[in-house]
Amino acid sequence: MIVSAAVIVFPGSNCDRDAVSALSKHSTKRVHRVWHRDTDLPKVDLVILPGGFSYGDYLRSGAIAARSPIMTAVQSHAKRGGLLVGICNGFQILTETHLLPGALMRNAGLKFLCKSTPLRIENADTPFTRAYAGLDQTSIPIAHHDGNYFADEDTLDRLEGGGQIVFRYVNNPNGSSRDIAGITNKAGNVLGMMPHPERAIDPLTGETGGLAFFKSLAGVMA
Amino acid sequence: MKAIVHIQPRSGVLDPQGQAVAGALKHMGFDEVLSARQGKIIELEFGDGDEQDVRQRVQKMCEQLLANTVIEDFSISIEA
Repeated sequence: MIVSAAVIVFPGSNCDRDAVSALSKHSTKRVHRVWHRDTDLPKVDLVILPGGFSYGDYLRSGAIAARSPIMTAVQSHAKRGGLLVGICNGFQILTETHLLPGALMRNAGLKFLCKSTPLRIENADTPFTRAYAGLDQTSIPIAHHDGNYFADEDTLDRLEGGGQIVFRYVNNPNGSSRDIAGITNKAGNVLGMMPHPERAIDPLTGETGGLAFFKSLAGVMA
Repeated sequence: MKAIVHIQPRSGVLDPQGQAVAGALKHMGFDEVLSARQGKIIELEFGDGDEQDVRQRVQKMCEQLLANTVIEDFSISIEA
């Protein structure tokens, strides 16, 4: 098994280096950065779409990045069952490609929110969250303007029933339906989340609630 | 030829920006405003062509990129 990961870099991504650094420290040393114009992915077990403001959030957050050349290869990776994570802007890109259902709309309070956020671990039985087993809650920072998760009631019921809601906000900061902070697809290999685990791995920079996320991935890839 | 695409948040989808606009208008004394919905307009220019063909292509553009049909409705008008 190849133990490696790729982080896609779009024009306007700003958490790609943090993601690479967190993966290298806690998940795998073999991390590639891949430019969005490329059409081929290296053979990897995990792809991360990082946070940021791809294409300046023009049209809709994530809309243009979702149609980038590399995304065809990223979609094939996910369809083959490869692990795929979208963090913040990456989550927006995943809903825009329809790899995840729903959409991320403007925060209900209209403000950009950047703060440490308590989360409930709703499903610790995923490749992304196993190391959270036994914990009810953690705390990971959010930093977004468009994090208000929306889906129709049927979709929300399906997410709920299928154990696809992975993280919920303890104090809903942005108006998200059913307090949703992170979901997986039905197959469970694609995760989108608004909080930034890569910003919470070192006590030096605040908190360490994201450490278990990268340790979970290490477990998968070991 | 020009195609004008109107994109609006779907009814039933929360539109906090529209709500803020309506709130500000009321605050300014425009009490007659019951509500506001904020959308966007995209103008696309084309050379000469068949109007039906252009309309069909723009429909596809809307479905594939210009609108997010999970949260937005769109309408297309064509000008000569």
